[in-house]
Amino acid sequence: MYKILEKEIFSENVIKLVIEAPEISRSRKPGHFVIVRIDEKGERIPLTIAGADEKKGTITLIIQRVGVTTCKLTDLKPGDYIRDVAGPLGKATHIEKVGTVLCAGGGVGVAPLLPIVEGFKKVGNHIVTVIAARSKDRVILEEQMRQNSDEVIIMTDDGSYGNKGLVTHGMEEVIKREKVDMSVIIGPAVMMKFASQLTKKYNIPTVASLNTIMVDGTGMCGACRCSVDGKTRFVCVDGPEFDAHSVDFDEMLQRLGAYKEKELEAYLKYLKIRPLDE
Amino acid sequence: MNDIKDFLKEERNQEWRVELKKSMKAKERTGRVRGHMPEADPKTRNKNSQEVNLGLELQQAVSEAGRCLDCVNPTCIDGCPVGINIPKFIKQIEARDFNGAATTLKETNALPAVCGRVCPQEKQCEATCFYSVSLKKDPVAIGHLERFAADYERDSGNMSVPVVGKPNGIKIAIIGSGPAGLACAGDMAKSGYDVTVFEALHEFGGVLKYGIPEFRLPNEIVDVEIDIMKKMGVKFRKNYIIGKTLTFDDLREQGFKAFFVGSGAGNPSFMNIPGENYNNIFSSNEYLTRVNLMNAANNEFDTPVISGKYVAVIGGGNTAMDSVRTAKRLGAERAMIIYRRSMEEMPARVEEVKHAIEEEIEIMNLHNPVEYFADEKGRVNKMRVQKMMLGEPDSSGRRRPIPIENSEFDIEVDTVIVSVGVSPNPLIPSVLPDLKISKWGTIEVNPETMQSSVDDIFAGGDIVRGGATVILALGDGRLAAAGMHKYVSEKVKVN
Repeated sequence: MYKILEKEIFSENVIKLVIEAPEISRSRKPGHFVIVRIDEKGERIPLTIAGADEKKGTITLIIQRVGVTTCKLTDLKPGDYIRDVAGPLGKATHIEKVGTVLCAGGGVGVAPLLPIVEGFKKVGNHIVTVIAARSKDRVILEEQMRQNSDEVIIMTDDGSYGNKGLVTHGMEEVIKREKVDMSVIIGPAVMMKFASQLTKKYNIPTVASLNTIMVDGTGMCGACRCSVDGKTRFVCVDGPEFDAHSVDFDEMLQRLGAYKEKELEAYLKYLKIRPLDE
Repeated sequence: MNDIKDFLKEERNQEWRVELKKSMKAKERTGRVRGHMPEADPKTRNKNSQEVNLGLELQQAVSEAGRCLDCVNPTCIDGCPVGINIPKFIKQIEARDFNGAATTLKETNALPAVCGRVCPQEKQCEATCFYSVSLKKDPVAIGHLERFAADYERDSGNMSVPVVGKPNGIKIAIIGSGPAGLACAGDMAKSGYDVTVFEALHEFGGVLKYGIPEFRLPNEIVDVEIDIMKKMGVKFRKNYIIGKTLTFDDLREQGFKAFFVGSGAGNPSFMNIPGENYNNIFSSNEYLTRVNLMNAANNEFDTPVISGKYVAVIGGGNTAMDSVRTAKRLGAERAMIIYRRSMEEMPARVEEVKHAIEEEIEIMNLHNPVEYFADEKGRVNKMRVQKMMLGEPDSSGRRRPIPIENSEFDIEVDTVIVSVGVSPNPLIPSVLPDLKISKWGTIEVNPETMQSSVDDIFAGGDIVRGGATVILALGDGRLAAAGMHKYVSEKVKVN
């Protein structure tokens, strides 16, 4: 059992949980994820680790409410327990000094991007971070990103904060004005698809962190498979990070929709039985 | 070898065995017809998860045991990968010492209730039984009797907890709680070691839990075995991915003196044909894990599973049979096996194929998928298969399937389960650069001690063999325990 120590509500749909998991907090590196199962009847879902405090023995998860499991998880309170947290899983981000790194995060993808930004900054890179969100209230981790970046550009779809426009607008502005040696993109699959097309146009090596459907998370089931450079790879053990320009994002989008109808059905059922005081 | 023969001879000459042999004429024994395993009705069972084989009745078991001739040269033992003293346990059943029979089984087989259900006996002990070899009659139902003795002991509520040696305080880590790991853990505990089993998933039992369905091996049977091990003092830790959560060095620092890696062959293979990544095409591992481990077919559980109407399972092994029969139970109107060779080459247990056919599973032999097609939402809706014929035997000794040109045709499907094999789980080899790995990704070991190229690491089961059987994994686990015990005794000073 893994205890929830802190909870912070970033926005209506995005919640931060700090969870007691001493061994994972010691062994995790940027890019790693955990598999979480709330209770005996719960499903196993992958969540990228957004941070850790080794001294306190905690890991931080930032979760967007998108379905039954994420809603149940974010409805938990400090003092509650999660039945299973397994990790750290996946390959850690390959961090080295390359020069200027353009880091782009869309929506809740900003959360897993934070430890990667921290990592690249620590080894002496020049970091420009683009945070993209639908509107002002959905911008997360701005302060932490500012602390670890040389520059932060904020893009909102509706222009309610920062600049109006998509993540790619912010990225292109940077690419046009300075030499970018590498880019890291994390966010919804559609966002990564277009961000990847952009950096490909400018020949900038780019890494994307994929968030596919998983069951075991240890290479056993293949639910997370995706095509990279025409070859089938498993996100859980071969990734989650891949050369963005080689990823078939259309296939990934199609596969992410595999359980859409079942997920919606379960979600509607959940809303009916969900306690009213939540 | 002679030692074993002498030992078996000595046992065979014990008074009770001699008396028992004399109590019935050989002709009467061989005149009996092999007992039939009672089975659940196929029309009912293909809609639920009830166990298919119901187990021999007590009288049936005693009668079947009477067929065994207690041969001077018990060739059945040669067919058993772990060398169970088969005539002894069978004669104990005949003498109605059922718990004694269970004890005999456990001397060499850590999980007889499991093996009695899932071993391919027709290729092992029953193939080398005197009845099969010389009399050309149905062999003694050794597998059914093994299951009977193990179930009898469990149901009696008197399941014996093996005697554990005086604790020596030496810590041993077992990685993976599947059959190999459990066998190794049991033996090490018996020798007095302080054993901890680390499991990556949230349940213990490995493939016995996530892979083999309830209708073939009820989870309860595995849980009983794990409880016994807990009573022996074995510690079980879930959600530990060794090499990730804790490294081998972390464990060495915590005082662990040796390791057994039984991490299995969990990595599913795909065929890499066009359209294979369309939705509703799964590996058998994913499909079975959702249903068996995650309980996806039960609405009270959160994990979803697609219950297709037209389901094709690619492959002819036990996992393919498990998948197709599961699909039928989840409501498939048409559940098909698509296998590229003929019925004779099918690697699945004969009994599973028989049960599948009874359950209205269609078997399309000599067909191979070449491409999948999908609807506008990316869901598979059609598969193209090609007819095959058999050529000369290949390296596996089975006749090689050869595609017949221009023989392709399409089959309507809404779910496809790919069950064409597994490869070793790459996780542990990837974190241990000094570990010697074969070109197939398996861990290389000394076959006598199961010791790897890293002195304190032993390995067994599918991580060493690729994809093999439960009984071989159990044998490896035991062999590794012996190797480990010797290694630790020599290397570690016991205070």
